[in-house]
Amino acid sequence: MTGTVTLQSGQQFDGTWETSARFAKGEVVFFTGMTGYQEVLTDPSYAGQIVAFTYPLIGQYGLTEGASESADIQVAGVLVQTLAGNGAATDLKDWLEQSGVPVLSDVDTRSLVHALREHGDQWGMMTSDLDASFDGDLHQITETVSTPEYVRHGDGTNGHIVCLDFGVKTSMVQAMVERGYTVTVVPFDTTAAQVHELAPTGILVSNGPGDPRDLVDYLDNVREVALAYPTLGICMGHQLLALAFGCEIEKQTYGHRGSNHPVRNVQTGEVWMTSQNHGYVVTRDSLEATPLELLFENVNDLSVEGTLHRTVPILTAQFHPEASPGPKEAQAIFDRFDEMIQQGVNVYA
Amino acid sequence: MHKKVLVIGSGPIIIGQAAEFDYSGTQACQALREAGCEVVLFNSNPATIMTDPGIADHTYIEAMTLEKAEWIIQTERPTHLLATVGGQTALNLALALDEAGVLGQYGINLLGTSLETIRDGEDRERFKQKMNELGEPLPISTTIESIDALDHFISETGVPLIVRPAFTLGGTGGGIAETVDAAYTLAKRGLEASPISQCLIEQSIAGYKEFEYEVMRDANGTCIIVCNMENIDPVGVHTGDSVVFAPAQTLSDAMHQTLRSASFRIVSALGVVGGCNIQFAVHPTEDAYYVIEVNPRVSRSSALASKATGYPIAKIATRLALGERLDDCINPVTNGTMASFEPALDYVTAKVPTFPFDLFNGTDRTLGPQMKATGESMAMGKTLEEALQKAWRGAGVEQRPLYPSWMATADAAALYAEISAPTDRRLLACLALLDRGIATASQLEAMTGIAPHFMTMFERLVTTIKMDLSTKGNLLQAKRFGFTDAQIAQQMNVTADAVAAMRIEHDITPVYQMIDTCAAEFESRTPYFYGTWHGTSEVVPGERPKVAIIGSGPIRIGQGIEFDYSSVHAVWALQKLGVETIMINNNPETVSTDFTVADKLYVEPLTIEDVVHVLEAEGCQDVLIQFGGQTGISLAHALETKGYHLLGATADVIDQMEDRDRFYQFLDEIGVAHIPGEEVRSVDDLTSAIHRLGYPCVVRPSYVIGGKGMYIIRTAADLHQIEPQLTYPLLVDAYVEGRELEVDCVTDGKTVYVPALLEQIEAAGVHSGDSTMILPPVKTSFAQQTKIEAIVQTIGQALAYKGALNIQFVLKGDIIYVLEINPRASRTVPIVSKVTGEPLIEWATLAAVGQELATIVPDVRPVWSGYAIKTPVFSSLKLPGVDPLTGPVMRSTGETLQFSMTPYVSERFCYDATTTRVMNRTEIVAGQGWSSYSDQALDETTEFQNVSVLFSNVPEEQTAREAAVRNGVHVISEIHLADYYQQAMQAEPMSVRSLQTMQTGEGLPL
Repeated sequence: MTGTVTLQSGQQFDGTWETSARFAKGEVVFFTGMTGYQEVLTDPSYAGQIVAFTYPLIGQYGLTEGASESADIQVAGVLVQTLAGNGAATDLKDWLEQSGVPVLSDVDTRSLVHALREHGDQWGMMTSDLDASFDGDLHQITETVSTPEYVRHGDGTNGHIVCLDFGVKTSMVQAMVERGYTVTVVPFDTTAAQVHELAPTGILVSNGPGDPRDLVDYLDNVREVALAYPTLGICMGHQLLALAFGCEIEKQTYGHRGSNHPVRNVQTGEVWMTSQNHGYVVTRDSLEATPLELLFENVNDLSVEGTLHRTVPILTAQFHPEASPGPKEAQAIFDRFDEMIQQGVNVYA
Repeated sequence: MHKKVLVIGSGPIIIGQAAEFDYSGTQACQALREAGCEVVLFNSNPATIMTDPGIADHTYIEAMTLEKAEWIIQTERPTHLLATVGGQTALNLALALDEAGVLGQYGINLLGTSLETIRDGEDRERFKQKMNELGEPLPISTTIESIDALDHFISETGVPLIVRPAFTLGGTGGGIAETVDAAYTLAKRGLEASPISQCLIEQSIAGYKEFEYEVMRDANGTCIIVCNMENIDPVGVHTGDSVVFAPAQTLSDAMHQTLRSASFRIVSALGVVGGCNIQFAVHPTEDAYYVIEVNPRVSRSSALASKATGYPIAKIATRLALGERLDDCINPVTNGTMASFEPALDYVTAKVPTFPFDLFNGTDRTLGPQMKATGESMAMGKTLEEALQKAWRGAGVEQRPLYPSWMATADAAALYAEISAPTDRRLLACLALLDRGIATASQLEAMTGIAPHFMTMFERLVTTIKMDLSTKGNLLQAKRFGFTDAQIAQQMNVTADAVAAMRIEHDITPVYQMIDTCAAEFESRTPYFYGTWHGTSEVVPGERPKVAIIGSGPIRIGQGIEFDYSSVHAVWALQKLGVETIMINNNPETVSTDFTVADKLYVEPLTIEDVVHVLEAEGCQDVLIQFGGQTGISLAHALETKGYHLLGATADVIDQMEDRDRFYQFLDEIGVAHIPGEEVRSVDDLTSAIHRLGYPCVVRPSYVIGGKGMYIIRTAADLHQIEPQLTYPLLVDAYVEGRELEVDCVTDGKTVYVPALLEQIEAAGVHSGDSTMILPPVKTSFAQQTKIEAIVQTIGQALAYKGALNIQFVLKGDIIYVLEINPRASRTVPIVSKVTGEPLIEWATLAAVGQELATIVPDVRPVWSGYAIKTPVFSSLKLPGVDPLTGPVMRSTGETLQFSMTPYVSERFCYDATTTRVMNRTEIVAGQGWSSYSDQALDETTEFQNVSVLFSNVPEEQTAREAAVRNGVHVISEIHLADYYQQAMQAEPMSVRSLQTMQTGEGLPL
């Protein structure tokens, strides 16, 4: 049974339905990593998006216990060339079917990447009905992925981290639990006053899906919390902190998505391969007039990959130090955050 | 500071060290010169591109001994040494130079990875200590330097165990021992093979999955993984002998990141600057791994990783060695992003090894830790099935339609025999067992340890070919699984053309996609393509006149790196003419599959279907086949039938030279003597032909590489013994035991340019590829040489052929017989080119496209004094069971060239620094029938520890010859060569001269 993914630009790519769910709308993005499909599909940052995998065989090593970034598959739809069985019981295809997530296989994902490279990330629709309505957007997506209540992780004694949840990945929380912290994940709209009541020693502003500019109402709150405690912002968190301190954000033509993005620490010259998944970026010029300074830059396009507050302990990273999927060297960011909390100072400054 | 860098190459091709080091060495030289360095190159292998005078500033083609290395250093006074692009040979020589104090004496600094790091990686005990410090898990192991030390390990850990000799190439002398007895035998052999008499004895982890990581690290500490790879065979089969997929297929992201992080810890702790290869064993179901091996240099695997991803490891590694940073180097594939990134593939790459087993009777085909493959074929596809089947056919593996025809009727026991002790045919036997319903996938998984993921792939191949392939959907799926029209045709019992017609009716055609390192994420203009049946084609045919060059495919005995040399030179010659060059080749080791060489590169199997698909996509009519060895020649008929134009040649001329009746008729017509002979079609024909011709005689099939299936029959008893192995039709010739000579020349169809004659030391009957050759001739009179040149002119005028031409002669008494005319470039072209300084392939290419010799070749011929001597190099040690006896079947894998003022070179039997200890031996032992030396009966008990050379040629002494080889002894089985050896022992070593000074006439001998 054939289906089609139609992009906003009008371009269409045919495929074969692998699932009984046969309709999806969402922003179409691509992932170039050759491993990590389970992590990607369960990453709340991809909530509401249709993810196209460029590696032609997806599902080849089955499902791995403990690899999911949240309890459920988050993506709106999946585009692959071959949904591979791996000869084992833990099959990706079955899980996608049970989760009601539509999958099209036989899709020319390489040409799709060409199209996205040319016209930028865009809205798309997976359907068999070519007359289906095309409207929709990702606004208010945060509400659907953020925790509705406080959730405690770990019982470490090194400190208490409050995580403002804009769509946090499990491995991000896990990274701090492993470093001896108790982490309380709270709804994204938790007020500064409510945060103070939790008596945190550090703040994690999490990753998440959508356009950071849709969250302008919460910027004052984020800034107030960040100025009060050592703070780490990751991906969406990085962008929100940047906005809160006066930076500008722009949509990239096509985002950084994959496990192989080189990032340079401009202070030390150190280069890391990083896992990334973002379609918006902090403009480099806008940093100048703010209390934030550049700490990390992308080696290829020199875009902003992370900042440091000039006076207080606030560290932000556009990339995903928790990886999962992807390279582990950027995990050092969590060690820095740990030091910031322990010393109460900005260790990079 | 001006840097003058000595680059050490890898010497002659041997099993375990092939064309990959010509690719890496050439890239290194280019990168060094781009960075403004003056390059001194030292390599004894004349068949390489890297030893072309244009690649380095000072090129030394000399025996790769410590002594010669020191002389070169004395002459050139390099400031730096690059030792990590010439394989184990270069590393060993660099270590020897350091230990001899030469590097210190001349103040030479090592570029990139330090010698200490190299020692940490190579010396098993130091390596173990280093890994223990890092907490990286290693299999339980111990280092032994005597056989007694094995007792303790066996009592503690037991068998099975693995023996790995230190400092050897491709695991020479190693193996897995299942029993205590076998352990002692193997360990004894391993200690003999190791130049420092040291072996690692290791707990066997056979059954674990095997992965390789190609790591780069710069001096700033930035690390990247260019590519990881997975062996389809579990640990136990050498990675060079295994089918390999890139990227890894059965690793989860978590496990991949674990191994990636471990790789970074290891290269950082070792202080690697440049490229490094790390091998891991991973438990098939649990999250446990072991580090198997670390190679702190570029390798066969790094060449494969470079070609599989497009990322030029050797070039970037050289720049890192010069101190550049990964984030300062531009990624030459995208030209817009930096080299500090990790390639993302949107295809699967498969590598299939090629083995020499079919060339020899009685070879042990089982695979183990000691590498036996001579070469490899690479292919890309969108599915595992497609990549694997393309790589299989590129390696010449017979699939009818899935597996070799004998497997369709073989007993189950015969198929299981291929599996229980893995052979090169194990995967095909799995297919046959599945297809014939003899075994289930899970049974085969249990027997082989091959992951279920791969076994289900085999099952899919089996079910796909049995589907109704006349429907569009099924046919498309078969194509996407890599089945050729010919395979499908066999299954459907129709012709391949009929399948093609059906395919076109269904609108199923191949597409070509770019290898861009980034899965299309960034714009890229790399002209590097692979074919597949999924997606959109990215090829834009060029406007200029274009020529496709057929490469020579995987390296096999008889078809080696010299054909890659020729292919690359043909590309360069055409480029000078402004022609767009389209290279088609599938050997990942070579220079020709570097995407910067031709205007467009297609990595595709060299079968008629795959080649024609490329020609169609490019709209290319003109094809150059004469530089790709027998691979190109074998496509001639089919290409012509399909309407393509062969430059310089026709299928008819090729046939005329190969078909013995037509060939003899041709020679008769032009009045040139040939050896009496005829074609026979049955055993009766054969006996009556022998009756007419008399003993001795030679039998052989046509169109073969390396004398495959060729025998010399001296007596009726021989005939009786050999006849059952023959298949008809056959050629039978009288055996004329004269002196053999060879010419490589260029013809424009009217006149022929003969640059030099090569004279063979051994009597005719020894395959020319295995012979020692001298140029100019020393025993052939001037009158005879003149006569030979006249014959060459006669042949050139009569032959409807333009381009490179190779002719072989036998001189007996006053008669000059023509043995063979090859209308193609030959093995010896690069040698003649380097000795004479004349660009023969360039000239041959110009002739092939129609230029006249008078306009190509300068009037002034080079003046000669002195000699050049080519000597073969054998890989006998790697092929147990193969009698080290020269004869009509070629056995050598490589060659060296040396220049001398006399016809004798003292380093006649030296090919790398690891043989130094053998070079110091002087004792000669002779077996039966060598009355002029000694004449003693040899057997397995003969002691070879202090022997330099063994003269032996009677069949009964095979075991003694094999024992000699295992002890590093050179075996000489031909009387003229034995005499030459005696003379050579008296010769003084010649001083060194660079090719450049010789060719400008400043230095002797040329």
